[in-house]
Amino acid sequence: MNDDHVYMTLAEGHEDDSRWAYGTGFEDPLHGVDTAVPEGVDTGRLAADCVALADDALVSAQRLAEWTTRAPELEEEVALANIGLDLLGQARLLYARAGQVDGSGRGEDAYAYFRDAGDFRNVRLAELPGGDFAFSIVRLLVLSSWRLAHFEELSSHPDPVLAAIAAKGVKELTYHRQYAAEWAVRLGDGTQESHRRMRKALEQVAPYFGELFTAHDVRDEVVAVLRQVTEAGGLPMPVYRPLPGAGRAGEHTEHLAPLLAELQSVARAHPEATW
Amino acid sequence: MVTVLTDARHARRIAERVPDPELPMLTLADLGVLRDVEVTGDGTVVASLTPTYSGCPAMAEMRAGVAARLRDAGYARVEIRTVLDPPWTSDWITPEGRRKLAEHGIAPPGAAPRRAAGPVPLVLSPTRRTVACPRCGSADTEETSRFAATSCKALWRCRACREPFEYVKEI
Repeated sequence: MNDDHVYMTLAEGHEDDSRWAYGTGFEDPLHGVDTAVPEGVDTGRLAADCVALADDALVSAQRLAEWTTRAPELEEEVALANIGLDLLGQARLLYARAGQVDGSGRGEDAYAYFRDAGDFRNVRLAELPGGDFAFSIVRLLVLSSWRLAHFEELSSHPDPVLAAIAAKGVKELTYHRQYAAEWAVRLGDGTQESHRRMRKALEQVAPYFGELFTAHDVRDEVVAVLRQVTEAGGLPMPVYRPLPGAGRAGEHTEHLAPLLAELQSVARAHPEATW
Repeated sequence: MVTVLTDARHARRIAERVPDPELPMLTLADLGVLRDVEVTGDGTVVASLTPTYSGCPAMAEMRAGVAARLRDAGYARVEIRTVLDPPWTSDWITPEGRRKLAEHGIAPPGAAPRRAAGPVPLVLSPTRRTVACPRCGSADTEETSRFAATSCKALWRCRACREPFEYVKEI
């Protein structure tokens, strides 16, 4: 079995020098998608929703990427990087949609690289430092459970582009939640040390839990999932004690700015660069 | 009219043969990501592609590949569209594509999960799934990771022949 020839075919017909390496040559991820916004859709609100969901995904992807080279096992490193890549893809599509509908015509890079911490609308849970593996798993469980339930609802949004991005995301998020839930059960029901760390992680996440929900949405569904997982893992449901401040209003913890400094450093040092 | 139809068929045949950048033993048609090829009144070839995963880094490569092959074939005006709806499913991998995957040591996907409307259920009990080893055919295999070198694959290993293999997961 010789695979060389199939890979050789990839080198054919590429006179485009802007792609300096595989996977580069970024262009609008919504390239060629019908950009019309249906009548009756509030474009300001739509753009704001897209940015908030994209910010959650971008910041989460950055935190997940921090596990690269330091995860407990190679398989987990690959898994966390894959989940981050899915989220990064969702962020790109959502930023592109926001730029189309908010009238600014901004591209994805303008949102990701040239806004400061106060302009980001992600929930604070996404930006908290990675902590140990238990914390990352609990955070992923909460965020993916919420995002899956929310995207499920958004897949019937009146804006067909947001609806399509959400419908696609549902499939990916189902895998993310499954991964986090299985690890949560394994660690909760594992050794004394893993159980202790899971309890601690649940307590650390609890104050940021309420920020995910608005008045009418998917809270019951997410709580049911967390109850199912904590019961299976022999863990207590954390007690929710809200903290003042709101990431959705741009009020962040001190951890977001350093994260962005690293994320944005190359783009800001070379603002005219293409990728 | 006849010319336009023939032309569209010709353009489609060219676009269909473009290899997938990450699974180059498959064409974009085998993978089910080439959704449509048509020729408009002014002679523009419009090819529609759908991403497998939102973060698929190969999308730009696929677009460039289709555009380049069509231009090489003499089509001066080529337009590539992205189609997000309906989302790609592994069910769209053709029988020919499945055969090629297995031939190259990658286990093809089973049927994608179908679910009723409403919340996506979380199943915590171990699910028994039989994936035959693409090397020796044994069904005595196990998953080592649901994530692998590309978004669309999982890592498995065969207990019979002891070889690890990749598996295109259902989505």
